[in-house]
Amino acid sequence: MNVPADRNHALELLRQMLRIRRFEEKTAELYSLGKIRGFLHLYIGEEAVAVGALQALGPEDAVVATYREHGHALVRGTPAGSLMAELYGKANGCARGRGGSMHFFDASRRFYGGLAIVGGGLPVAVGLALADKLQGRPRVTACFFGDGAVAEGEFHESLNLAALWKLPVLFLCENNLYAMGTALARHQSQTDIARKAQAYNLPGEAVDGMDVLAVEAATAGAVETVRGGGGPYLLEYRTYRFRAHSMYDAERYRTKDEVEQWKQRDPIAAFEGLLREWKCLTSDDLAAIEADIAAEIDKAVAFAEAGAWEPVEDLTKDVYTERT
Amino acid sequence: MTMTKTTYREAVRAGLREALQRDPLVFLMGEDVGRYGGTYACSHGLLEEFGPERIRDAPLSESAFVGAGIGAALGGMKPIVEVMTVNFSLLALDQIVNNAATIRHMSGGQFSIPLVLRMATGGGRQVAAQHSHSFEGWYAHIPGITVLTPATVTDAKGMLLAALREPDPVLIFEHAYLYPMEGELEEAGLVDISKAALRRQGRDVSLLTFGGSLWKSLEAAERLAAEGIEAEVIDLRVLRPLDTATILASVRKTHRAVIVDEAWRTGSFAAEISAQIMEGAFYDLDGPVARVCSAEAPLPYPKHLEDAALPNVEGIARAVRGLLGA
Repeated sequence: MNVPADRNHALELLRQMLRIRRFEEKTAELYSLGKIRGFLHLYIGEEAVAVGALQALGPEDAVVATYREHGHALVRGTPAGSLMAELYGKANGCARGRGGSMHFFDASRRFYGGLAIVGGGLPVAVGLALADKLQGRPRVTACFFGDGAVAEGEFHESLNLAALWKLPVLFLCENNLYAMGTALARHQSQTDIARKAQAYNLPGEAVDGMDVLAVEAATAGAVETVRGGGGPYLLEYRTYRFRAHSMYDAERYRTKDEVEQWKQRDPIAAFEGLLREWKCLTSDDLAAIEADIAAEIDKAVAFAEAGAWEPVEDLTKDVYTERT
Repeated sequence: MTMTKTTYREAVRAGLREALQRDPLVFLMGEDVGRYGGTYACSHGLLEEFGPERIRDAPLSESAFVGAGIGAALGGMKPIVEVMTVNFSLLALDQIVNNAATIRHMSGGQFSIPLVLRMATGGGRQVAAQHSHSFEGWYAHIPGITVLTPATVTDAKGMLLAALREPDPVLIFEHAYLYPMEGELEEAGLVDISKAALRRQGRDVSLLTFGGSLWKSLEAAERLAAEGIEAEVIDLRVLRPLDTATILASVRKTHRAVIVDEAWRTGSFAAEISAQIMEGAFYDLDGPVARVCSAEAPLPYPKHLEDAALPNVEGIARAVRGLLGA
């Protein structure tokens, strides 16, 4: 691997990964204070995937994500305050507080959720891509899902349909080795997820999901193929979730040793080390980045705290489009 | 207003053709809608007229192509998705219930899903338990979708065109028994999809029904008229949002109600109508609300058992007589 040609871009990758980590560390703290309730699925450990993958998309492209989507929305550009307010359930949240942690939406950034039924986002992504193809727009739809989704029929139906119709979909599997508590080898007869693409006649590729540069390069390549009319592409990012599945998980299904071993490959520490090695990063640089992020998160929390609750009278508003 | 004699099937096809001609964003997608011409021949000839981009044969992947309809609607298209029958729509329940019905509300009103989902429903054709379901009442349970049950040729065409003007998901249930039925197609502007319709005036009892059961109810009303009993027949047409006002007005007039619903009685849409009457017109009733529904069993194949299981004309007439003590 070479020293990045663009130092500022490299620092931006580091900054985005750190933003996600610090934002989520704050949400865990707020959860224990009772400010955030319901399910809270943390992405900590997997940051290189969202950060690397989303570099390859433009503002016209679409993103469909899962219930573990805080990082994706942050990188996509939805303001941290709007996301924090959503976690609080406040009306100034990115979905008016109605969705919470699992259901971030942002129409202005073509962020279509935050869809929390495993596998349920894949058909929607296929349809978004179909709309682009029918209207002749050179856009790409990026669809994130976990290794658990690979066991769902919707994964297989969607890959087949997208390949059959040559639709511009990026199927992005975040393989963190566990479908909640069930290890990959305990739910898949073929654990090499990227190979499943062959069955549906589309390209598939496995990538080191702990290496932000590898994720970025592989995704950029896939986007080029997809945008060029080559049909869909499956990328499998091999990554690991450092925290519990959600806030209620006793983690009986994996050993502390295993978690510790993966933490040795922390994508942020690894990239930070590389940047220092390449003389692209000083301790002062890092302190400045951390200070900026801390200020951003303080502001986000203040924004959420100051937000209002949606009036109860609006409970049934937007079940259907309001008629004028 | 012009009137043309046509079949229900041809009326659906005329609606599809008009929609496709009128708006380039409309396309039809589903199993065997193209080369085969539609399982019930509703889309016969449309592939030749509009081409494979707009008349899309889908693989037998209900969840994927219904979900793709949702995604295409989010992406600015106006998809008409045909799920061959309500029985197979169960394979797409996740997309309909968890995505189509929730995304607008859950996103705080940021997204619209102008999706039209059509499917055949109902029994009576000796196709046994797995091909004879009536789940339109189930779907009517779900906020966020609109549920239409066209029973006439005018509604078969008109409700489809009206559904395409809706910004939110609309499910249309076409009773499979009705496709060959002939009727007068009225062309008088846009069909209303917010109201129930009074199909027959009467003073003695209200028959509240929809879809394929409308015609059985009308026949029962004729039979009762010969006996001096005047039944009013209300075609609910729209199961969600339900036009409760029309139901209550009729019951307040006749003081008696019989609900005819092809689904099973337990937990049925008929139960919902009954509850609405209790809540809104209890003191106007001269007797208990009665229901004519299907027998509590999977629908069997042999004709004599199927006939015994489904609501029929004599059963409806008998329920009315029972209510009137006649």
